[in-house]
Amino acid sequence: MIWAYLYNIVFYASCGVTVLATILMISRHNAVHALLYLIISSLSLAIIFYLLGAAFAAALEVIVYAGAVMILFVFVVMMLNQGQRSVVHEAAWLPASGWILPSVLAAILLSLLLIGMYSDQPLPPYGVHGVAVKEVGIALFGPYVLVVELASFLLLSGLIGAFHIARKMPSHMSSNTLEEVDHG
Amino acid sequence: MSPVVNNLLNVVLILVCVVFGAALLTWLERRLLGIWQDRYGPNRVGPFGTLQIVADMIKLLMKQDWVPPFADRLIFIVAPAFAMFVVVAAFAVIPMAPGVGVVDLNIGLLFFLAMTSLGVYAVMFGAYASDNKYAMLGGLRAAAQMVSYEVFMGLSLMGVVMLAGTFNLRELVLAQADGWFIGPQIVGFFIFFMAGIAESHRTPFDLPEAEHELTAGFHTEYSGMKFAMFFIGEYVSVLMSAAMITVLFFGGWLGPAWLPPLGWFLLKTMTLVLLMILIRGSLPRPRYDQLMTFGWKFMLPLALINLLITSALILI
Amino acid sequence: MKQKTGLGHYIYIVWDYFYSNIVTLVKVASHTFTKADTVEYPEQMPYLAPRFRGRIVLTRDPTGEERCVACNLCASACPTDCISLQKTEDESGRWSAEYFRINFSRCVFCGMCEEACPTYAIQLTQDFELAEYERQNMVYEKQHLLIDGPGKHPDYSFYELSGKAVSGRAKGAGTQEAEPVNLKSLLP
Ligand code: SF4
Ligand code: SF4
Repeated sequence: MIWAYLYNIVFYASCGVTVLATILMISRHNAVHALLYLIISSLSLAIIFYLLGAAFAAALEVIVYAGAVMILFVFVVMMLNQGQRSVVHEAAWLPASGWILPSVLAAILLSLLLIGMYSDQPLPPYGVHGVAVKEVGIALFGPYVLVVELASFLLLSGLIGAFHIARKMPSHMSSNTLEEVDHG
Repeated sequence: MSPVVNNLLNVVLILVCVVFGAALLTWLERRLLGIWQDRYGPNRVGPFGTLQIVADMIKLLMKQDWVPPFADRLIFIVAPAFAMFVVVAAFAVIPMAPGVGVVDLNIGLLFFLAMTSLGVYAVMFGAYASDNKYAMLGGLRAAAQMVSYEVFMGLSLMGVVMLAGTFNLRELVLAQADGWFIGPQIVGFFIFFMAGIAESHRTPFDLPEAEHELTAGFHTEYSGMKFAMFFIGEYVSVLMSAAMITVLFFGGWLGPAWLPPLGWFLLKTMTLVLLMILIRGSLPRPRYDQLMTFGWKFMLPLALINLLITSALILI
Repeated sequence: MKQKTGLGHYIYIVWDYFYSNIVTLVKVASHTFTKADTVEYPEQMPYLAPRFRGRIVLTRDPTGEERCVACNLCASACPTDCISLQKTEDESGRWSAEYFRINFSRCVFCGMCEEACPTYAIQLTQDFELAEYERQNMVYEKQHLLIDGPGKHPDYSFYELSGKAVSGRAKGAGTQEAEPVNLKSLLP
């Protein structure tokens, strides 16, 4: 009894944290703070995944999203070295009227989701069916093998693109291709 | 004893032992480095200098808790705590002996990888919040280094996972009952060992905090207890790498019966820690591009080849 | 030179790196069994060379008189300007320092003062344990600097060979002095 109670508390707490962190992420003017909230949101999302029985997805959420993708984001933001000045810019670029259209779109999406969830059948009970790693693997390389292959094509093209960009230019082409970037 | 009390005892004891062990490790490392450099190391405070850690602790606690005025205050304070939290959390899944260990997750190995991959945030946000160019350079280096070394850190473990057929660390240990994985997975061990050192950014992979170029790298602006948390966090992650290698490649607590299981586990872990300290005491730090080249052009292909050969051998 | 490529060379490089690193590891590990070079100082005094430059003293003649003639050469030679003194003269015509002060919190123990001194008065000794709790105590006055003996040059006495008339004694009457040459005489 007490475990179900605790379970509910943790579940709703992490749901709340996810939503709150995401809202804060959108509304922050400081890029690094926004990223921090995004990371928190994906971490609490991982907890939700875990509580819903998808432990593997939870681990991957942390390893891939929080642990690798977000790090690259932070890396780039740190390299750009945004100071207080960019915070002021951001504040100027985000007037209240700019929020209207995105909010409407989000509201439509939310209502669709709610209608879809509550229309025909009741919610499946959560936390009952744990998805093991093996099932995920069998599903990926069974029914979804085409999707996996397509995704790998996408990654391969990304790889080739990166290789092309990072390739050493022949010496006669490389001079003066890098412009001085001045943030001052 | 009810299971809840047992669990709580486990949690508290392991937490205390890990943090205290890491603190003792700072003394042990200085002592050993001293011996290997024909010095004595700290040998004044208490028997053999063991109370040195108490002296250091008092010093660090007494220091002014300084946050630079230009720092991003909240992140600056949270970062070191996060550094400590992540490594200690990763310790939760390590099975030390039958009945000793905090949790027994089915995805224990993945949890460990997740926690190590989060470890870089402490460094990056600490560096960002310091608003200091050395810290910034250290943070950028740490990010690039840890992301690249994480890739084959995970890959090197997949050979072990394939052999045992599970992500559960306890089952991984039990799968080594008729032979440690160090034999078939010697390459995986080597790669994981390197990656473990790189993840805890210790010499020779300590570019994020290379004293000679970056003063103290990402923790240049830190002092007092906040610095101590980064510092102890580093030693906890050394312990953690060693414990993980023990679990994955050296059969965890398994061993002849003349030592208790926990004794075997500690013995193996300490031997690996000694090896890490020896490496720190002898190998020079590579240049940054050399580090990256070594990672991507040597370690990653090696990990992939290891994976390929292992899976081929399993299928045959 | 053409850069070597190919798998063979690659394997060679990898082997070379590993071999050298492992040799390093073994060499360092073998130092577990070598003796430490440390001298555990407060209990065990390290060897100090005779020319060691430590705390500065002012020495005396074999007769027990102060050697320093307050010529200020040491003060002007000192790179950190930590010597300060004032000349005085007694009724016998002998020069000496009215006060003589060395600020040891500035002194770098370079020994320039000893080199400059024409009378071997100022000398550096083997004592290096100069720690004080108060900075002001690092300033040594003449009574702290003066010692009773002649120090490194036991037989040297400036007034016995410098040819200066002193204590009612005529020029050239010192034990190591010759009679002054009479420039007006043509005799040898
Ligand atoms: S030793 Fe050097 S610094 Fe010291 S008093 Fe003599 S000249 Fe000056
Ligand atoms: S100590 Fe020597 S150099 Fe200095 S004032 Fe005296 S005689 Fe001159």
